[in-house]
Amino acid sequence: MLTHSRIQGQKGVQGIIIVNSEGIPIKTTLDNSSTVQYAGLIHQLVMKARSTVRDIDPQNDLTFMRVRSKKNEIMIAPDKDYFLIVIQNPSD
Amino acid sequence: MEIVHVYTKLRGEFGRQSLFSDRPAELLVDLHPDPSLGLHLIQKSPRDQAVQASRDKSEHQVNTERFESDSCGINHEEGGWPKDVNPQEMEQTIRFRKKVEKDESYLNSIPQLGSVMEHCIRENRAVDIYQDHFEAEEEAAQTPEPPSAKTINVFRDPNEVKRTISGLSWHPDGGRKLAAAYSCLEFQRTSRDMSLDSYIWDVENPNRPEMALKPVSALICLDYNPKDPHTLVGGSYNGQIVYWDTRRGSRPVEFSSVEQSHRDPVYKIIWLQSKTGTDVFSASTDGQVLWWDVRKLSEPTDCLVLDPGKEGNLDRALGAVSLEFEPTMPTKFLVGTEQGVVVSCNRKAKTAAEKMVCTYDGHHGPVYALQRNPFFPKNFLTVGDWTARIWSEDVKESSIMWTRYQMSYLMDACWSPTRPSVFFTVKMDGVLDVWDILFKQNDPTLSLKVCNEALYSLRLQDNGRLVACGSQQGGATLLEICPGLWTQQKNEKSLLAAMLERETKREKILETRQREERLRERSRSEQSREGEGGKDEGEDSPHQLLLSAQTHFYSTVDSQQGWSPSEVKNEARGE
Repeated sequence: MLTHSRIQGQKGVQGIIIVNSEGIPIKTTLDNSSTVQYAGLIHQLVMKARSTVRDIDPQNDLTFMRVRSKKNEIMIAPDKDYFLIVIQNPSD
Repeated sequence: MEIVHVYTKLRGEFGRQSLFSDRPAELLVDLHPDPSLGLHLIQKSPRDQAVQASRDKSEHQVNTERFESDSCGINHEEGGWPKDVNPQEMEQTIRFRKKVEKDESYLNSIPQLGSVMEHCIRENRAVDIYQDHFEAEEEAAQTPEPPSAKTINVFRDPNEVKRTISGLSWHPDGGRKLAAAYSCLEFQRTSRDMSLDSYIWDVENPNRPEMALKPVSALICLDYNPKDPHTLVGGSYNGQIVYWDTRRGSRPVEFSSVEQSHRDPVYKIIWLQSKTGTDVFSASTDGQVLWWDVRKLSEPTDCLVLDPGKEGNLDRALGAVSLEFEPTMPTKFLVGTEQGVVVSCNRKAKTAAEKMVCTYDGHHGPVYALQRNPFFPKNFLTVGDWTARIWSEDVKESSIMWTRYQMSYLMDACWSPTRPSVFFTVKMDGVLDVWDILFKQNDPTLSLKVCNEALYSLRLQDNGRLVACGSQQGGATLLEICPGLWTQQKNEKSLLAAMLERETKREKILETRQREERLRERSRSEQSREGEGGKDEGEDSPHQLLLSAQTHFYSTVDSQQGWSPSEVKNEARGE
């Protein structure tokens, strides 16, 4: 896929996961156990974040989420049916 | 009364222009005060009424109910697959995935998401977000802040009848747990419904103890095995030694037989360094120090009777109240006694007489705590009566440094494991004192009132930051001290070494001078006795009789005990 390879080609990108609305990983570049873990945990996190944003203002919606940690950054782009999750280590 | 003013104007003059002119004021009515009218009225005393032009406010305190939380983990498994797809089957999952990839909404949304994502990725690459800008400045000198300590938690005795915390021991592995021994040390104050349990507390959870230890008789002291954090050994009120393994529950795994144990409460028990890692030794006021192997607690492996006459006579033995063992000096140990004497002993000596190497006499009351300085093992700290004293092993006459007499009895003391010049003491008025002898020697650097009742025990965690003190009502308070008191300062070790050496030298000089004085007095008295021998026989005045009786008594006592400090007393009184 064009998008896939383009993102993968960026510097510092450690992994990409595409998850559908039910939490099933469709496409992934990480190993199975990590994928399952990320898919499950991030799905819940995005649901919570989205409901938070909508509770504050019902007209609003979540467009992007970034979780920065000591070692890397997890970026999540949510959509109606799918999420795109990218793990990047910027200081590589 | 009516005031009326009549004003007339002719009708024909209406409409004419007004002609104004000045004229002086004219008194129309003059009303005088009439006191008789005052009799109709009652005088009201003046009142103060405050008036403020602001909103009414009130202060209200709210304490929420305690929220009990429990942490548990979640196990993730793959799920969410539709019914017809078995997640274990590779084929089916691959097929499903391929199907989704061909889906229209997928094909539409992914490029959009991809472009947004790419933008953010590029953003991250633009600047190094993890760059450490202020690395070099971290070493800048920190402004000295006043010493302080903060109470973190208080662990209260969950039983109705409160008991004293007489012993504390930190878990050797990181100090997440604290074991506290509860007992009632006051004479004949134990009631029937007093619980015998001692508890192990988790530092994070002050609501209930993590584990209860149920001995046969109340525990006075306990100690975690530094090699194996699951095992503990405790000394109880009836003289028995009890051994626990926390993996095996609250009941003791083994306890020593009553006939072979101490005859008095065991005041201190410490694990020893040995190849097997199973040796402990205990001390009690019955005058014995017993060595045990925890695998076989039916009888002690070795015994030492603290008889100053070195005859092993139990009747004359000194009651031991504290013990000290430093793993770096495995053959020597110190015993603090009820009589105020500290005895230094050598384990490896062949005969009982040689086991007690020397004694240090300094306190007026029992030596409740005894500890060597972890950085300078030749110096040790003792606490008893109203002072804390620092001793050097070489100087036997007196301590090299001591605090002044405090207002209340000192019960326990501890050196800081990270700073050589800092030590902590607790007193009977509930005050925790932190002494820094390099900073101030006359007074404690920090004095904190921890609670209203007496504090009986004190233990520091190995990192030097957390202090646990136990009180008479069974409350263990956990305090954290400010970084200034646990981070070692530059040159601290050398400065303290210099100070201790200086004090030791001073004491040694005083000691030699005293000895010389004594010798001189003795030789003088011998000469004078030879001269007056003839005169004394005839006229024995009562005063002379008294003096001679005194000298005779002290000399006989000394010959049996052989202590040098009382020789001094003897000479002083004999003259």
